[in-house]
Amino acid sequence: MAADIRPKRPFRWHIGVFLAPAVLVYTAIMILPLAGTLQLSLFRNIEQHQVFVGLANFRTLFGDPNWSVNFWNALTNNTWFFIIHMLVQNPIGVMLAALLSSPRLRFSAFYRTAIFVPTILSFVIVGFAWKLILSPLWGVAPHLLDLVGLKSLFTPWLGKEEYALTALSLISVWQFVGIPMMLIYAALLSIPEEVIEAAECDGITGMSQFWKIKLPLILPSIGIISILTFVGNFNAFDLIYTAQGALAGPNYSTDILGTFLYRAFFGFQLQVGDPNMGAAIATMMFLIILGGVCVYLFLVQTRLRRYQF
Amino acid sequence: MTTKLLTALLLGTSILGSAGVAYADDVTLNIESWRGDDLAIWKDKLIPAFEAKNPGIKVVFAPSAPTEYDAALGAKLAAGSAGDLITCRPFDKSLELFKKGNLADLSALPGMENFSPVAKSAWQTDDGKASFCVPMASVIHGFIYNKDAFDKLGIKVPETRDEFFAALDKIKADGTYIPMAMGTKDLWEAATMGYQNIGPNYWKGEDGRAALIKGDQKLTDKDWVAPYEELAKWKPYLGDGFEAQTYPDSQNLFTLGRAAIYPAGSWEIGLFNTQAQFKMGAFPPPVEKAGDTCYISDHTDIGMGLNAASKNADAAKTFLSWVASPDFATIYANALPGFFSLNSAPVKMEDPLAQEFVSWRGKCKSTIRSTYQILSRGTPNLENETWVESANVINGTDTPEAAAKKLQTGLDSWYKPAK
Repeated sequence: MAADIRPKRPFRWHIGVFLAPAVLVYTAIMILPLAGTLQLSLFRNIEQHQVFVGLANFRTLFGDPNWSVNFWNALTNNTWFFIIHMLVQNPIGVMLAALLSSPRLRFSAFYRTAIFVPTILSFVIVGFAWKLILSPLWGVAPHLLDLVGLKSLFTPWLGKEEYALTALSLISVWQFVGIPMMLIYAALLSIPEEVIEAAECDGITGMSQFWKIKLPLILPSIGIISILTFVGNFNAFDLIYTAQGALAGPNYSTDILGTFLYRAFFGFQLQVGDPNMGAAIATMMFLIILGGVCVYLFLVQTRLRRYQF
Repeated sequence: MTTKLLTALLLGTSILGSAGVAYADDVTLNIESWRGDDLAIWKDKLIPAFEAKNPGIKVVFAPSAPTEYDAALGAKLAAGSAGDLITCRPFDKSLELFKKGNLADLSALPGMENFSPVAKSAWQTDDGKASFCVPMASVIHGFIYNKDAFDKLGIKVPETRDEFFAALDKIKADGTYIPMAMGTKDLWEAATMGYQNIGPNYWKGEDGRAALIKGDQKLTDKDWVAPYEELAKWKPYLGDGFEAQTYPDSQNLFTLGRAAIYPAGSWEIGLFNTQAQFKMGAFPPPVEKAGDTCYISDHTDIGMGLNAASKNADAAKTFLSWVASPDFATIYANALPGFFSLNSAPVKMEDPLAQEFVSWRGKCKSTIRSTYQILSRGTPNLENETWVESANVINGTDTPEAAAKKLQTGLDSWYKPAK
């Protein structure tokens, strides 16, 4: 009976109206280009016409050694780039955040800012500055090592096949260590005092307090940081391009998916760009990142325990 | 910033546009170019010289940024708004425009007879039947040396390879100077200033290059591997940490007087003249035995063509004939020392270093870089691979044979020479 009396709920126009700008902008600048890329990867330019070729571009990418060797090389390098970030950037970020959140530390605002500043620098500046710092001719690195008598440790890192990628990964770590630091710092600050006090009452202090109480509470943040690092690293391009050029030398040892995509899509010097093959590589990058994010969302995040305060 | 610049440019073009209306009786030709650096030379020297001789034709030089040129030109040509005259990149990029019908055939243009076949090769169809751009300038490879250093150490300019390496040994033993300023970080130095610089002496210039394109020779042949063997020998003479030495590093190392020899392209002359505080000289790539024919890389770099859709084709052809004349060559070569006119008529140049470079044309045979014509059309790209492998050879990562084999395998995978 009551249902008859209740007025029919009017269509809630305002939801659509408020969603529209975001949906439209996101569709126009994200979804359409993405769909366009996926579509482009299924075509090939044959005598000035775009012809549908199905998965032929992907067969070339994986079947033709001229492409597949480069692709696997780029993927391996990219994975190493990611591993360095996970092993160096994130633990250091957590450590810095733990130090910064210590109430006894003086000038913590200064340290926080100083460590975060490189993050907002342009890649071009970072690449150029480090190229100069590490330059065997005019760099400060050989000079500083000389001052402490370790000149023999210096090698032209950016020019050696075996070190270049690791050196660049560490430069990138230097630049971005501020982001995990800030996120973890915020997470640490949000841990309620009562929890800490309770732990202290139970006799858990110092390092064991960090390992047993704080770390489990910030694990969700570490998960988010890992996935951000993953997406960022597999989309990386700028630093390698500014420091090593599009050919990602020496001997393609710093070639990552981003630079490989750039050469294929836009061409380089005499190499004419092939947008279709480029789109195929971009599609692979998209799938790799999508796969990684899915693994995280479905396998890792569901198992992380969240604590409600 | 960009928006402001764009607005300024748009305003600028609208003013220029109305300026064109004011001279409605005259024909106005627009030049598309990526050489923004040359704007002053065109405005102050070249265009007034042409307009003085050809009343009724006005010329406007309208360059765009080098990195944007190809894309911008393509868009303008498609939209029908491109200028009448188009500055041509060498080889495939211009050939593609010609095939699309954007560039007119200029084979019969008066003045084209002033150029040698090598000079025209950069802007011809593969069979050499149609030419579509007037060659403007080339760059020559060789070695620039620090004359003061050579005098101090009592070294005379090397002519043969043995003398060259003896000189390097002597500079190294003395220790004041780094024998040779070159790095492998940017890769192209090793290929362009290394391999393509000394190579022509081994593969006999055009003969070898043509045979490679025909498929009669392979990159794994002795003549093509030998330059790599010489490059591998350069390693001990390069500066400390040359693996991370960039191109600007090499330039600075030489102009600061810290290095004795610089494997060069002639485009450096302008910069070196203003920066170096010491006397400089130049010598061509050394030959095996004194008296051997020498070969130099005299690489075609820039040309000018006619937009096939131009409404002022006749005036534009008049202009192009002038570009093909010795008059143009003299003004251009003197304004830009190091960019040499391709004109067969000898051009009088003031700069002594530029004179030295261009004098080699008389005693040596000219060729162009071996990888530029036809051979860099496929994947893997031969030019890019040559960069990587040349650096590898100098770094010692690859033996000369291994490098040559990689290049030939890559080339074989897509290039089937016409039999």
